[in-house]
Amino acid sequence: MGFDAATAAVQAALDAGARYADARVMHRRYESMSARNGDIEELAQHESIGLGVRALVGSGWGFHAVPELSDAAARDAGRRAAAIAAASARVPGPPVDLVPVEAAVASWASECAVDPLGVPLSDKGDLLVGATATMREHGADLAEGLYQIWDTTKWFVSSEGHRIDQHIRECGGGISATSIGDGETQRRSYPSYRGQYGTTGWELVTALDLAAHAARVAEESRELLTAPECPSGETDLILGGEQLALQIHESVGHAIELDRILGWEAAFAGTSWLDLARLGSLRYGSELMNVTIDPTIPGALGSFGFDDEGSPAVRRDAVREGRWVGVLAGRDSAAVAGLDHGGSVRADGWARLPMVRMTNVGLEPGPHTLDEIIAATDDGVLMDINRSWSIDDKRLNFQFGCEVGWEVRKGRRGRMLRNPTYTGIGPVFWRSMDMLSSETVAWGTPNCGKGQPGQIGHTGHPAAPARFRGVRVGVRA
Amino acid sequence: MSERTERSEGRERMPGRHSMSERADERDLAARVVELVRRTAGPGAEAEVVVTRSDLALTRFANSFIHQNVAETGTAVRLRLHVDGRTAAGGGNRVDADGLTALVERTRAAARLAPPDPAWPGLTAPTSTPTGSAVDEATAFASPDERAARVRAFVDAADGLEAAGYCRTLFLSGAFANSAGHSAVGRAAEAAMDGIARAGGADGVARHCADRLADLDGAALGAVAAAKARAAADPVELPPGHYEVVLEPAAVADLLQNLAWYGFNGKRHAERQSFAEPGTAQFDPAVTLVDDPLHASTLPFDLEGTPRRALTLVRAGTTGAVAHDRRSGAGAGTGSTGHGMAGGSTFGPIPSNLRLLPADAAPVATVDGPAGSVGAGVTGAVGDPDTAALVAGVRRGLLVSDFWYTRVLDPKQLVVTGLTRNGVWLVEDGVPVRAVRDFRFTESYPRALGPGRVLGLGRRPVRQPARSDGSWWEGPALRLSSWHFTGGASG
Repeated sequence: MGFDAATAAVQAALDAGARYADARVMHRRYESMSARNGDIEELAQHESIGLGVRALVGSGWGFHAVPELSDAAARDAGRRAAAIAAASARVPGPPVDLVPVEAAVASWASECAVDPLGVPLSDKGDLLVGATATMREHGADLAEGLYQIWDTTKWFVSSEGHRIDQHIRECGGGISATSIGDGETQRRSYPSYRGQYGTTGWELVTALDLAAHAARVAEESRELLTAPECPSGETDLILGGEQLALQIHESVGHAIELDRILGWEAAFAGTSWLDLARLGSLRYGSELMNVTIDPTIPGALGSFGFDDEGSPAVRRDAVREGRWVGVLAGRDSAAVAGLDHGGSVRADGWARLPMVRMTNVGLEPGPHTLDEIIAATDDGVLMDINRSWSIDDKRLNFQFGCEVGWEVRKGRRGRMLRNPTYTGIGPVFWRSMDMLSSETVAWGTPNCGKGQPGQIGHTGHPAAPARFRGVRVGVRA
Repeated sequence: MSERTERSEGRERMPGRHSMSERADERDLAARVVELVRRTAGPGAEAEVVVTRSDLALTRFANSFIHQNVAETGTAVRLRLHVDGRTAAGGGNRVDADGLTALVERTRAAARLAPPDPAWPGLTAPTSTPTGSAVDEATAFASPDERAARVRAFVDAADGLEAAGYCRTLFLSGAFANSAGHSAVGRAAEAAMDGIARAGGADGVARHCADRLADLDGAALGAVAAAKARAAADPVELPPGHYEVVLEPAAVADLLQNLAWYGFNGKRHAERQSFAEPGTAQFDPAVTLVDDPLHASTLPFDLEGTPRRALTLVRAGTTGAVAHDRRSGAGAGTGSTGHGMAGGSTFGPIPSNLRLLPADAAPVATVDGPAGSVGAGVTGAVGDPDTAALVAGVRRGLLVSDFWYTRVLDPKQLVVTGLTRNGVWLVEDGVPVRAVRDFRFTESYPRALGPGRVLGLGRRPVRQPARSDGSWWEGPALRLSSWHFTGGASG
């Protein structure tokens, strides 16, 4: 049924004058449960199915989406996409080309040992209720737990002959404890705020062992209320892997999106400080910095078999030994930039236009361990678990806040610090990275916003603890 | 604003869009789901159903051409069920008999496994619902050509500068029904345009949201954005520190959004995570904040069927209320204020149509003269007499067009970090004297608006479309005594 509707939509767009068309039928089931203070707070289940068709008429794109899969509805959507594309000619741009890609006929599915939607709701509820009750018992004013599950099947057809179906299951979860003091709140989370996610089955959540960490995070949230404030000034900064994953996401992943570099996101998400003329030569960071774009990592949240315009998943370099060498691209943006590949285009559901998105963008492991990094640090601060993030529209000037900091003195982790923040400029910061751990985790980010109308992307970020020299910390109002 | 050149264009009736006579579709769907629940779960089951059909179209441009042009038709059915003392919610977009039956069955199954819900606030009793303002059919059924024409006008008015942004139209038709016999229907339409012009690395912005597409003037918006961009060229970097500021309506919108999400949210207030203290003079007397959904075209009921109405959150500086859905309202003893929303159980009820009321008798700028005039100082930096009047009083400070990527460091004090965007100017002796590079700031929003901190309020509010769909923020330009800029563009 999915292929039939997509094929009908594509054909209708061609019949209406499109020189290229593609269509995605997507069926997604979503389930989430949240618990608070030992009780289930909300159980949400949602199911959505529909079709989105994209047509290229001359140099103009059009897209139309409908929640119906009948032949008539699909054909109407195809015609409307072509009509919208024709309207784009009222404010025309340069000619549009698409870099070639083999017209694949294929199926792909993510690995999944335990179907997360098949796990009884009662078991999943017991897990969250138990963990949040434990956090309350150990001092949290607010004890929260959450899991989310996405089960997506999609059928892709293009006028070039693509015919691809994929079944991707994603899930994850986490817990957070908040302690409320006089005029401020402190939070600790495990494994990160709102959890860790992957393209995998319920085995990911089981392996997190949320219950085993509940007491610790609650006690640490309360301890933070009386911890000394993170000092202000320049110091050596050690970041835990979860925070480094977000640092990569914000200051590397978005910066290497080709649509941003080309100005296509200028009015909203922003542009990029990167200039295509310096691709291959620009020094992005220290020689320890090796960043890959890799949608082939089993279980990572940004993994797939094919992107949403039919390009196969391929591992590529973004930064090699500190030098910028690659971008996240789609078939049209790659053609504009003179590149030979797309591969990083995805749509948030059937109703949204496919656009350049991160896949798994992460750091290759380094030669050290966190213990070695701490032991080698004479005076610094260790920060972990993101609490706030902000970065400018060129992806240069950032300020991040973490849930917790620790003083590091003479090679030892010392007292806990509250309200740790750090700020800097992307390339200056990355060039200061002088130690990188081998303890890599592919962190999943299920809430990456981009596009108008808004789209939520799921991205992965392999990252490990690392040290940065001379960073400004302790920024406050 | 009006789009004089485009009124005569033909409009295309889009299938999937619904006139008044077709509204029964949503009402019937909602009633069918309530009846399905009654048949399968028995008369004791409490059910509430919202059916919303939406038609969203958005024409997006960058590098002065249309590069993304989309339209979508969607249906959302949301069921919340309370049976045998337990509650669950489900949703979907399948509206055939099998789809509706599956929705009811999986929501019933979820409710059976849910824990007891002693705080269930019950269903909204039958009550009259406002009809809302009339929907502008021309907006609801606007064609791609009509949106493209406004983009064309914006790009042309940018006069050679690169332009980027969007023109959007949205039509909603919704119905509510519950097993207590309450039902409501409504329709809404909205149009928005948001664009920048770019001059040598400097951007200028113009943004407006209205009930009628005809009120969006692409040429006027493009001209403002271009003038701002040219005025923002060749910026200098100033040292961080505390500056007096004049915030333009786009920047004021960010204040309103963060105050709404984190401060006037009834759940966060109950959890003691909000700064709001009803009955306390927490703001300057110039500040009156009203959540006023009926000020614009909107569905006249919330997700729980509660009629939407204006709620004064702050009156003359004194905090008066926070927003509630039925659950948080029952806990607070106030009842719902009409802010039931998807995800409200987790994130809390959020006022999303916040107005900072303008000054009644703020001074108006003169057309001529060195200070207080639109043309004074850097040409194009001040785009309207309202802002000019506020700038005129600043001895030394900054004029800020827009904020960007604001994130909360501490929800209790609502300490926020973010950046300026789309133009900052140094003001000396009431005149913008030169463009300034973007700053990072770290500031407590309620403190910045606190007693004695508001030095001026404009008379002309501008409705700003939210960056996420479905809400808007409206305020005039605002002059504040101090804003803490904690870093410059270079770090």
